[in-house]
Amino acid sequence: MRNRVFTLIAASALALAPGLAGPARAADQCTEEVALPHQQWSFEGPLGTYDEATLQRGFQVYKEVCSACHALKHLAYRDLTEIGYSEDQVKGFAAQFQVTDGPNDQGQMFQRPGRPSDPFVPPFPNDQAARVANNGALPPDMSLLVKAREGGPDYVYGIATGFKDAPANCKLGQNMYWNDYFPGHQIAMPPPLTADGQVTYADGTNASIKQMAADVTTFLAWASEPNLNERHRMGAKVILFLLVAAGLFYAAKRRIWAKIH
Amino acid sequence: MPVTGTGRISRIIRWIDYRLPFVAQLEHELNEYPTPRNLNYWWNFGSLAGIMLVIMIVSGIVLAMHYTPESTMAFDSVERIMRDVNYGWLMRYIHMNGASMFFVLVYIHIFRGLYYGSYKYPRELLWMLGVVILLLMMATAFMGYVLPWGQMSYWGATVITSLFSAIPVFGQKIVTLLWGGFAVANPTLNRFFSLHYLLPFVIVGVVGLHLVALHQHGSNNPLGIDHKGPQDSIPFHPYYTIKDLFGLTVFLLIFSVVVFFYPNFLGDPQNYIPANPLQTPPDIVPEWYFLPYYAILRSMTFDVLGIPAKLIGVVLMFSSILLLFVLPWLDTSRVRSATFRPIYKKIFWLLVIDVLTLGYVGAHPPAGTIVVVGQLATFYYFFHFLILIPLIGKIERPRPLPTSIGAAVLGPGAAEAAGGE
Repeated sequence: MRNRVFTLIAASALALAPGLAGPARAADQCTEEVALPHQQWSFEGPLGTYDEATLQRGFQVYKEVCSACHALKHLAYRDLTEIGYSEDQVKGFAAQFQVTDGPNDQGQMFQRPGRPSDPFVPPFPNDQAARVANNGALPPDMSLLVKAREGGPDYVYGIATGFKDAPANCKLGQNMYWNDYFPGHQIAMPPPLTADGQVTYADGTNASIKQMAADVTTFLAWASEPNLNERHRMGAKVILFLLVAAGLFYAAKRRIWAKIH
Repeated sequence: MPVTGTGRISRIIRWIDYRLPFVAQLEHELNEYPTPRNLNYWWNFGSLAGIMLVIMIVSGIVLAMHYTPESTMAFDSVERIMRDVNYGWLMRYIHMNGASMFFVLVYIHIFRGLYYGSYKYPRELLWMLGVVILLLMMATAFMGYVLPWGQMSYWGATVITSLFSAIPVFGQKIVTLLWGGFAVANPTLNRFFSLHYLLPFVIVGVVGLHLVALHQHGSNNPLGIDHKGPQDSIPFHPYYTIKDLFGLTVFLLIFSVVVFFYPNFLGDPQNYIPANPLQTPPDIVPEWYFLPYYAILRSMTFDVLGIPAKLIGVVLMFSSILLLFVLPWLDTSRVRSATFRPIYKKIFWLLVIDVLTLGYVGAHPPAGTIVVVGQLATFYYFFHFLILIPLIGKIERPRPLPTSIGAAVLGPGAAEAAGGE
């Protein structure tokens, strides 16, 4: 409680005392920010859409790599039908997980196989368990990752591909890794994509690290904004309608006003 | 103009009007209410803001049917709206970007009033009611931004409510009252939701008064001169109904581009991270429409005569708006429109640049030159209203005003002919 109050006071002080608050900017390479390179994404721009094959490959990467530590709690298994899986495939996938349900008529909680209506089962039962298993670091939930980071998909792709050996003069903390694009460069996550061919794609696509990173980024973009395709389609129709309406109203306005000019 | 038909509908309307003059009143406002014939497109923004208020209330009511104002569920319930509620994403993106659009419209509306002197005699109360609406909108928008309970919601709420602790003696008590406890937490969220639902209806009420005050003396106009006879005005319908309708369609086009193609452009990515009281975001930045006030608030970096900088900053921030209440009496010029005021016209644009500068400063971490620029821009803001406005009214030589709106718009000869319109 005391700590929290201090944080509050500190935050207000930070907000109110700008002269004192600016952190000294160390310009050395150990902390210096690196600009995120922009990648081409099929879903960017007003007419962008998700590519179904990419989404399925990305889901495979999430399932085989990321899901070991990262939850996807805002998604349910049934949502996978939207990226082209059949209901039977989704049922089969959900059934691989055990879900705690209950209480039953004996008053007991019990385990049952997952159903399409269940949310994705998280890799850890709670945040504390996740921290214990990850040297104290908490792997963030990935459902909104792309929307919750400055740079969006470029950032997620950057992190997935940005692991390097630390520059010789930079000292890494214990259990920390060097990542070009992580703020401060020291990240607690070990490199998730380490070798080409780490995932064997069902559609035969060559699974290079860049390919896997781009695919999983697209999948996570979909996870954070599943309605993008529908939104873009509807937007195009709405804009078209309004353009016609604006033209008609403008013509009507000209005609009505012609009487008094 | 009473309804005169003999058909069944006309008889029903007459029956109702005899008891409750609804249709008659509508007739009166649309057909008989004289509107200056020279209103330009800057006069569209009032009705646009009114329509936006309705859009916000309707989308907000729908969202409230699905939203859960409880600190452990609020964030997830918003995500549920985005994913599982039919067209929930549409409602939420309309509401979320609608707030920004509402401020765009209202700010343009206010600057139009400043340029054309719409706050002057006899429209002082009309203007003051508008300032009340602005204050209510700010409170509503601020509390609405807290509801998704993301990181920026939480920390924004913390920083802004903490401002009240600057008030001498009662400050801390007021903050505790606002929070409903000793930190921003579930009680804060509950009361903010309650007030966020209430205040828009208060705004509707004040908008009603704003309209009554408007219709008392009618709209100001780009020339800023009074209505002098029938040649100066036209009926609101159909001339301004169609003009407003066209303007509305153009506005909806822009609004739709934002909602459908760039719905998160104006938002902060941090707000897609659930609120975490133990982790302060790297920069706490308010929504863009509060940035100029935020810059004014942060401009005080030093105590003056033992008064803490924080208190002065808070007072300056609130005064920057409260000042607008007395603007009609600060302005010593009797000429309304900047068109005829050569010096005022220039400083009007300086004020626009100044406010944009304050917005830029508010968006950036206060360090180095940003601090100095913020202080200068804050100084100039008050200098504009407290020194320049009263002074220029005295020393400026306004250009000669046209004899009437009709004469200026149609030429002296045509004005006579148009009198019969």
